[in-house]
Amino acid sequence: MLMTRTDSTAARRVIPGTPVFDGDAAQKGLGLNAMCYSFNQAANRAAFVADEAGYMDRFALTDPQREAVRQRDVPGMIAAGGNVYYLAKLAGILGLNVQDLGALQTGLPIEEFKAALLAHGVTERSVAP
Amino acid sequence: MSEIVGGIFTSHVPGIGAAIAKGLQQDPYWKPFFDGFVPVHQFLEREKPDVAVVFYNDHGLNFFLDKMPTFAIGAAADYRHEDEGWGIGGFKPFVGHPALSWHIIEQVVGDEFDPVTCQSMLVDHGVCVPFELCWPDAKAWPVKLVPICINTVQHPLPSPKRALALGRSVGKALESWPGDEKIVVLGTGGLSHQLDGERAGHINVDYDKFCLRNIVADPEALTQHDTLDIVELAGSQGVEILNWLAARGALTGSVRELAHNYHVPISNTAAATLLVENHATVHA
Repeated sequence: MLMTRTDSTAARRVIPGTPVFDGDAAQKGLGLNAMCYSFNQAANRAAFVADEAGYMDRFALTDPQREAVRQRDVPGMIAAGGNVYYLAKLAGILGLNVQDLGALQTGLPIEEFKAALLAHGVTERSVAP
Repeated sequence: MSEIVGGIFTSHVPGIGAAIAKGLQQDPYWKPFFDGFVPVHQFLEREKPDVAVVFYNDHGLNFFLDKMPTFAIGAAADYRHEDEGWGIGGFKPFVGHPALSWHIIEQVVGDEFDPVTCQSMLVDHGVCVPFELCWPDAKAWPVKLVPICINTVQHPLPSPKRALALGRSVGKALESWPGDEKIVVLGTGGLSHQLDGERAGHINVDYDKFCLRNIVADPEALTQHDTLDIVELAGSQGVEILNWLAARGALTGSVRELAHNYHVPISNTAAATLLVENHATVHA
């Protein structure tokens, strides 16, 4: 007998090592991403630094989101619905740039992560006569 | 009659803005990227466009996930940048061109697109960094801005085919604009890069070269992949090539590549710049 798949996740395409920020992630991550969006304002960044737990309360973060933020666990934030464009704003407060985020997610030391990018070593230029 | 003088396609990595602020253009890490703008500066000096129509994606400055438009067209009298969360800024404000914006909106809605229209809109590094790259010495931007924002953030994203078709509709609007302005079209973002997941740092030189080889002469070649194919090929954020495809679509005349520059890496990104001229008629 053929299996009938009814849940929305059944047919989802999986791209190895690559979170696809879709409607499910957007719903799950709304509180965390809303908090990160608020960090566009310097006063909100300062308020978070002054009282992380209290600030997370204001955005009703879920327990996995709180734990991931507490632990500076970037893969945990992504798994809890965080979108990297928004998480980058939190990362800035923590003194991390996107290369640091890459290292934390791949498990590579930062110098190895940067070296892997530099290893491509491609420069190609063309100018029409 | 208006004239569409050409297209400028470039990466918009925020770090480029920081490098400009620090004057690192000749630094060995940055020089291979910035040198790619010499032909662009010559082109802009020669053509002196009056208006820039810019296809880009917002990264969480103007739009949050509570209201996320697939396509949004700016129709404001002016635009500005604000803090994106890292404190980078100092980008000059922009003068808009509301009459042209509404002309574009009329055309694209007439062609059965359904954009959000924005009479107030902040523009992020996806617009500001390319402007800094194109006009590095300007005291004030020498062009008026019409920003067109494409969702490359929250799936489902528009298909490559749809992005190209949107661009073509915008191109029709630009062709029929009765003003005498010279218009340049910008497409920003890309090329391959991925910031999130265990595959962070993903670069695909072969796919990027496929895009650079085909986008001028045969943009349909890029529509053979759907958005998730592109995510797999070019990385989660490499899907910003949608902005390039839309911009390419807006060049409706006879097009020719004048220059391109491809350099890996800038930050986590395969950085690219492409300059295309556009003429209403084919040169014999």
